[in-house]
Amino acid sequence: MEPLRAILGEARSVSTPVLEAVGLHKRFGAVIACHDVSVAFDAGELVGVVGPNGAGKTTFVNVVTGYVAPDSGYIKYRGREHSGLTPRTAVTLGIARSFQHPQLYESLTVLENALIALAVKERRHASWRPLKQARALQGASALLERFELGEAADVEVGQLPEGRRKVLDIAMSFALRPSVLLLDEPTSGVSAAEKFALMDTVTGALAEAQMTVLFIEHDMEVVERYARRVLAFVEGRIIADGRSADVLGDARVRELVLGVAEGA
Amino acid sequence: MTAILVDGVVYASWIFLVSVGLTLVFGVLRILNIAHGSLYAVGAYTGAWLVVRYFQPGMPLALSFALLLAGALIAGLVLGPLIERLLLRFTYGRDEVMQLLVTYALFLILGDLTKLIWGVNPYYAYAPYSMLGNVSIGNVPYPRYDLVLIGLAATVGIGLWLMTNRTRFGRLMTAVIGDREISTALGINVPLVCTVAFTIGTVLAALGGAFTAPTISVVPGIDVTVIVLSFAVVVIGGLGSLEGAALGSLIVGIARAIAVHRFPDLDLVTIYVVMVIVLIFRPQGLFGRAEVKRL
Amino acid sequence: MKIDPGNLRRLLGVVLLVAVLALLGLWLAGWTRFLLTVALGESLAVIGVALLMRAGLVSFGQGLFSAVGAYAVAYGMRLWGIHEALLLLAVAVAASTLLAVAIGPLICRYRQIFFAMISLAFSMVLYSILLKFNTATGGSDGMEVTAATVLGYHAAAKALAGVYYYLTLACFGVALFATAAYYASPAGYLARAVRDNEIRLEYLGASVSRETFRAYIFAAALTGLSGGLFALAVGHVSPTLAYWTKSGEFLFAALLGGTSSPIAPVVGTVVFESLNSYLSAYLPNVWQMALGAIMLAIILLMPRGLWSLYERFSARHAA
Repeated sequence: MEPLRAILGEARSVSTPVLEAVGLHKRFGAVIACHDVSVAFDAGELVGVVGPNGAGKTTFVNVVTGYVAPDSGYIKYRGREHSGLTPRTAVTLGIARSFQHPQLYESLTVLENALIALAVKERRHASWRPLKQARALQGASALLERFELGEAADVEVGQLPEGRRKVLDIAMSFALRPSVLLLDEPTSGVSAAEKFALMDTVTGALAEAQMTVLFIEHDMEVVERYARRVLAFVEGRIIADGRSADVLGDARVRELVLGVAEGA
Repeated sequence: MTAILVDGVVYASWIFLVSVGLTLVFGVLRILNIAHGSLYAVGAYTGAWLVVRYFQPGMPLALSFALLLAGALIAGLVLGPLIERLLLRFTYGRDEVMQLLVTYALFLILGDLTKLIWGVNPYYAYAPYSMLGNVSIGNVPYPRYDLVLIGLAATVGIGLWLMTNRTRFGRLMTAVIGDREISTALGINVPLVCTVAFTIGTVLAALGGAFTAPTISVVPGIDVTVIVLSFAVVVIGGLGSLEGAALGSLIVGIARAIAVHRFPDLDLVTIYVVMVIVLIFRPQGLFGRAEVKRL
Repeated sequence: MKIDPGNLRRLLGVVLLVAVLALLGLWLAGWTRFLLTVALGESLAVIGVALLMRAGLVSFGQGLFSAVGAYAVAYGMRLWGIHEALLLLAVAVAASTLLAVAIGPLICRYRQIFFAMISLAFSMVLYSILLKFNTATGGSDGMEVTAATVLGYHAAAKALAGVYYYLTLACFGVALFATAAYYASPAGYLARAVRDNEIRLEYLGASVSRETFRAYIFAAALTGLSGGLFALAVGHVSPTLAYWTKSGEFLFAALLGGTSSPIAPVVGTVVFESLNSYLSAYLPNVWQMALGAIMLAIILLMPRGLWSLYERFSARHAA
């Protein structure tokens, strides 16, 4: 994959991108949170998204997943245009996300959270068979094991430490087996010691499943280590898009995103 | 037509007086107070009791109004701080539905308390009402007291508007309504603002009750009907909005007047039907703000 | 179809409880048994309210459906000449379910206080209609409901109360098992998921409004059955069933018992009804006040209801 990318350069692969944003525009009052953003992602890419606070990274995720309707522009999924997306329709297409602040079922256990995600995925909403039947339990345990949450299965989510909550949040989105998974700051709120372990767990699980993954990240160590492609957002625009080393080495990105004045 | 309009405005004034405190309290404390109707009843009892006890035939009319006002102030100033400090304070930050149930419990308690204090026999404080006599509007006689209600509602409305928009306390209140945490961080004494706002709401409820007293026989049970009417009005107008309460009262008042004149069997139904219709098309009420959660 | 071991356990639990209550019916005095009949019937409405509370929906108008159920029984007798209790109850359930299907899509768009208010508004609409159209509804006096047959059996006047006790008990058992199975099912968990986090639910690809609608319909069916049983047992229906204070009582009982188990609201109802009867008899002037004080104590000190005492007890013994 990597040599091929190097040869093709910016042109990228010839096949249809799995997800494409076309001219997405969104303003909140005086702030343009998403300024004419057009970008495409291929299957299996692992993309880091960087940018200062308020650059519009989360808004981009919100728009792509239908939580916020864009003022103009649309997204294309596997070559087909979609407008009027809602989180539910986005997920049904195959675009899922995790959250900077984990969105979980606080009064239920870790296992029950996983069981619910799987039950929805398998369209068992209206079944009269119990949620906790043998086959479903196996699936949920496998999911939790994959994300190293097995030991916390019976813990009520409200009692879980932040790092574990982040992982569970990602695991629940992963359970939907999306083609595209957008992770909103997976390592924020996680201790420096834990962050690489967390990312190893997550990327390990995702690589097996061949998902296209975007992750918003403030920690450049994490970006350098895990992303192959990097998008840099500033004031709602993408100011750089390319191979990780190129983008992180770019002078404008260094100044505007990393806060390193050139020549200093 | 005139009759419908006059009746509508009179009813709107009354219902505005009764319900505006509810929307004020919700705006600041984010609590929908089911016991608001009980506070109305306490005001009605206090006012009626003072008039019955101290007002003799031959005394000046103004004294009866002073007694009603005094009743409202006493009831409101005693109960308001007491309830807010001793009860509601413990529910801040909890689920709004839990708070709703707390005020429901309060409603049950105050209901019996009123009966214990004033008994179950009706109080008649008709003096101010009958002394004022009637006035003719388009050849139809109307009680002059109704005009007093219109004037009082207008005064209360304008007074509240001025308080919110022209005074220091109003600005503090607006800040607390906007964002509690930031207000605390800015050094605003949020608990005090809450106590004062709830007390104002209580005085308003009692005022509505006291000035209604001369037009009705004050008996147990008047709390129950008032609360659902007030709910309808503030939900129609938008919870927490002063303008909304005014417009909601007008809509409900006119709708009821039309019903009374044209379909007398449907006067109660009309109010709830209006409420349902408004909620269908504007779930947050006419002046309410819809909130979007940030992720 | 193979029955799930979890559901088999739930079924056995319900059968055991119903058996105990059936034996109790032989031993209880007439008046107490009547109280229990009413309480068990009413507990189905309280289960409905609790079921909605699990989904984060607080209904201040559940009386709407018990009134519909009760009046359906009254009209079923009067207009269609149905005198078979089971048929009448089926009519009650059908009427309340149909109404829920009709107004549910609208009501289920609301949350929190707005749900409470709009459900209250709907019940008050029915209340005012029942009150005002007295030629058709009997107005504030309501209507009489005469004795019905049970499975074709015509009970003598003296035995009727006993027959109704066992009829109520049978309906109660069926409804309790259905509720227990629902709580354990994906739909039951999805309702709790709605209360905990709607955003996550939508981001899993489930529909919040569809899940709440499901809960709403189930609650309406239970409450309609409850109203029907009430009409039969008491022999009389009146508009106060739809008045908001009646719905307030359901809420109170649900809060008192708790919502974590299907049996918790039943405990809440029985305690509430006993409190109601004894307090109104012994403290006629302050019983509402006493109820209010108890309610405050429960909300502030034991927010998960009486059932949480049992849960804490059993958790300690399991450990």
